[in-house]
Amino acid sequence: VPITYTSNEQIEVYRFSIPVTIGVPLLALFFQAFLPRHFPFFAYFDLPLLVVIFFAIARRSQVTGLLTGAIIGLAQDALTSQPIGLYSLTKTVVGYGASSLGVKLDVENAGARFLVTLFFYLLHEVVYFTVARGMLKMNMHYTWQHELSSALLNAVLAVALFAVLDRFKQRT
Amino acid sequence: MENLVTRYRNVTILVAILFAQVLGLAIQVRRSSENQSSRLIRVWVVGAITPLEKLLVWSQGGVSGVWHNYVYLRGVRQENRDLREEIEKLRLEQVGLSQDAQQAQRLQSMLGFREQFISQTMPAQVIGTSGSEQSRLIFIDKGSRDGIAKIADDETDIDKEKGEKEKGRDRGKDMAVITSAGGVVGKVLFVNRSTSEVLLINDQSSGVGVILEKSRLQGILKGTASGKVVLDKIMNDEQIEVGEKVLTSGGDRIFPKGLLVGTVSEVAPGPESFLRITVKPAADLARLEEVLVITKKVEQAPSVADEGPVRAVDILTDRLPSVPDKPPTAADGTTKPETAGTPDSKPATAPKIASKPVVVPTGMTNKPAVSGVNTTNSTAKPAGQAKPPAKPNSTRESNPQ
Repeated sequence: VPITYTSNEQIEVYRFSIPVTIGVPLLALFFQAFLPRHFPFFAYFDLPLLVVIFFAIARRSQVTGLLTGAIIGLAQDALTSQPIGLYSLTKTVVGYGASSLGVKLDVENAGARFLVTLFFYLLHEVVYFTVARGMLKMNMHYTWQHELSSALLNAVLAVALFAVLDRFKQRT
Repeated sequence: MENLVTRYRNVTILVAILFAQVLGLAIQVRRSSENQSSRLIRVWVVGAITPLEKLLVWSQGGVSGVWHNYVYLRGVRQENRDLREEIEKLRLEQVGLSQDAQQAQRLQSMLGFREQFISQTMPAQVIGTSGSEQSRLIFIDKGSRDGIAKIADDETDIDKEKGEKEKGRDRGKDMAVITSAGGVVGKVLFVNRSTSEVLLINDQSSGVGVILEKSRLQGILKGTASGKVVLDKIMNDEQIEVGEKVLTSGGDRIFPKGLLVGTVSEVAPGPESFLRITVKPAADLARLEEVLVITKKVEQAPSVADEGPVRAVDILTDRLPSVPDKPPTAADGTTKPETAGTPDSKPATAPKIASKPVVVPTGMTNKPAVSGVNTTNSTAKPAGQAKPPAKPNSTRESNPQ
């Protein structure tokens, strides 16, 4: 069990049942594809990203974190018309980063979750834009205001969503 | 070396996975189309997500159907009366429009134009989106099982070459997708068994050949990264008015000519010597619910065979002022509405012209619809605009599927 840098308490490592491991990411993908049809505003959110961050932090394993990110990202890529791998690559980085942070820091409270999501959302966007522009030569619409407001909205949603997902945690 | 890998096991795995992903992306970029494995992933994910979406849309439609068709019927009687009045008005207008359309057909046949007619459409429900702001794509509830991917016998060779069949999924056959009101939505990009993916016209990888209604300038309509729709390749010295209608030109061989795409909303100087023209799409692309997929279009010269040669004396007779015929009187002594004293109606010729299949609501019957706005006569209505289709269900009846 890893030791936190913030206190001498031990950080708990959680696991999830198979239905939750498969069902939650699928539901996140479903809502991400379904809700913007009725509420275009919902396109601001990135539910699969929030799920990646949650699982990565809770499991506190870098390999599991990056694999979770890669698989969820791959599924998200499959719903778009873009080349497969764009979201996958980005979410792999986020999964690895979030699980690394989870190993070192206690990110169980709402404030820490808000800041962690804010940071990883921005990291996600930076990596995504870099790969899309640099490698795929895609034209990207990019404004700081839009990115910051999206990051804030996602961070607020993450606090509520993580509180719900906490119910599915199982102690190892 | 082994110790080094073991020590940095997690970082090694991260680098290996990132490398594999970058390699995969590079291969896709080089081929400029997807490879086999990535298509299979799309099939799996779409197969897992769309059934739930279809179920929700279906149950939602059921609930709202019960409400609207059985519970909430207030004002239907008044609406019915209004619609009857509207029909009477439209009947009178139709007489005049029929003559214009017939004249346009005659002129086209004289010039040897070939037209694309929409001969079959299929209504489809929008069940989901890509969920990404970078990819403007929607999912509809009709797929190859419903006949979307079928290659019809009378399709052009170009369409056949584009049809690239593959395990459970077809590379887009570039079928045009419109709204029931006639606005262009996009084209079918991928066809799965029970769903299809439609690339919207505001996606940055889409392109539509268009023509401006008044100025008759042709250009290419493209989506931008921000989701706007812009018109390319129009020179700086051209005069374009805000509000001018933008129609499909038919040059891209995907969209039949004459469909309404949108209206010009902004004109500004662009890069190099071209204008940057922003177009407001006629279809509300963010809130699509039902769309029509053009599943079959035929290309043929406009037929005026039953018209016979026009004699100069007939034309002159038409132009001479004359006393209108007495309106036909019904058995009960009332006057029929077609000739109810309107100065514009031409009773002598109206019944003959109106009986011809000149303007047919797009896709609602198997008869060809006139799509020819690309004529010098601007009075001819585009196929999608001629008249909004009555009911999506009626298309289903005309569809062999």
